[in-house]
Amino acid sequence: MSAAAHGEPLTATSYIAHHLTNLKVGSGFWTFHVDTLLVSGFLGLLVFGSLAVLAGRATSGVPRGWQNFFEMVLSFVNQQVKDTYHGNNPLIAPLAITIFVWVFTMNAMDLIPVDFLPLLSQKLSGNEHLPFKFVPTTDPNLTFAMSITVFIIMIYLNFKVKGFGGFMHEVFTVPFGPKLAPVNFLFRVIEDIAKPISLSLRLFGNMYAGEMVFILIGLLGIWQLPLALPWELFHILIITLQAFVFMMLTIVYMSMASESH
Amino acid sequence: MSINATLIGQMIWFAIFIWITMKYVWPPLQKAMAERQQQIADGLAAAERGKHDLELASKRSADALREAKDRANGITAEAEKRAREIVEAAKDAAKVEADKVYNSKLAELEQEAERARSALRERVAELAVAGAEKILRREVNAGAHADMLAALKQEL
Repeated sequence: MSAAAHGEPLTATSYIAHHLTNLKVGSGFWTFHVDTLLVSGFLGLLVFGSLAVLAGRATSGVPRGWQNFFEMVLSFVNQQVKDTYHGNNPLIAPLAITIFVWVFTMNAMDLIPVDFLPLLSQKLSGNEHLPFKFVPTTDPNLTFAMSITVFIIMIYLNFKVKGFGGFMHEVFTVPFGPKLAPVNFLFRVIEDIAKPISLSLRLFGNMYAGEMVFILIGLLGIWQLPLALPWELFHILIITLQAFVFMMLTIVYMSMASESH
Repeated sequence: MSINATLIGQMIWFAIFIWITMKYVWPPLQKAMAERQQQIADGLAAAERGKHDLELASKRSADALREAKDRANGITAEAEKRAREIVEAAKDAAKVEADKVYNSKLAELEQEAERARSALRERVAELAVAGAEKILRREVNAGAHADMLAALKQEL
């Protein structure tokens, strides 16, 4: 348990609640979760900035060091794209890479001991009650932002590849034929709405639950030591898997959007 | 956990990162990887070609070697035959020459002998006459040999 030297008595409930509170600015809809925005932005700039620098220096000769590693990761993602997406859109591979790398990095924040960064930020800001969530993927705003962006690209691809008429034809005639057009339309709307919702809630739910377990383990005092490590090791799997699932489903949705039936 | 304007901010972040990846990360890396793939493919093809060339060359060299051996054998046989022929011819020529020389020498010798014989014959006659003269000078006794001389005179 952290910060035993608080002025007021620290209960388990307040500890958990404190860990699940975002640092907010603004009010109503125009509230910004500063911690989510800062951490995700910082991580993204760091990882994509270094990727851009590395890519600029990439040689076609023998790759070494980081180039080797990133090439391995990126060609793994690209292989998934190639296997699943048969269209020829230059957006898909970068999109999948961005999702995989960014989500993985943000999820990986979970591996830093659960009290470490919040305590550090409290000490640095001088405010002992400063809430600061360090795993951006436990904020549904982020996961929904990503899935809605994916949804928008998906709709755009539908129009681009099939044309307005083709897309409308598909929406109203698949799967039951033109006679049941309203049913088809309803099915299609439900199907397409379900995509971004399931995409974002899956990531959010997994990361939120994982974070929750870390917080609960953190409540155990000295017993957190033998428990945190196995959960951390197991969590590495979840982190990678969730990043992969988000990426893979995105590719699948894009491929469905680009293929006419 | 509430949906608010953070969503918009996150969408902007997401869009920025997609843009960075699309413009600065993926194309150069992809280019480098494609170039490397091409280089590796070229290298493998070159190696394959080299191996093929080597095979061809070794086959060619073996052919050339065999051909050279055959030709060398042919030349040796030819040379031996030629040598035999030359020896035979030389032998024949030598025999002919020897016969010729032998015959001419023989003829010469015969001539010589003939000449010597005729010279000898002349000398014998002279000697005989000289001998006869000496004998005659000492022993001629005109009286005793008058008959014989008369007979000789008769004969001559």
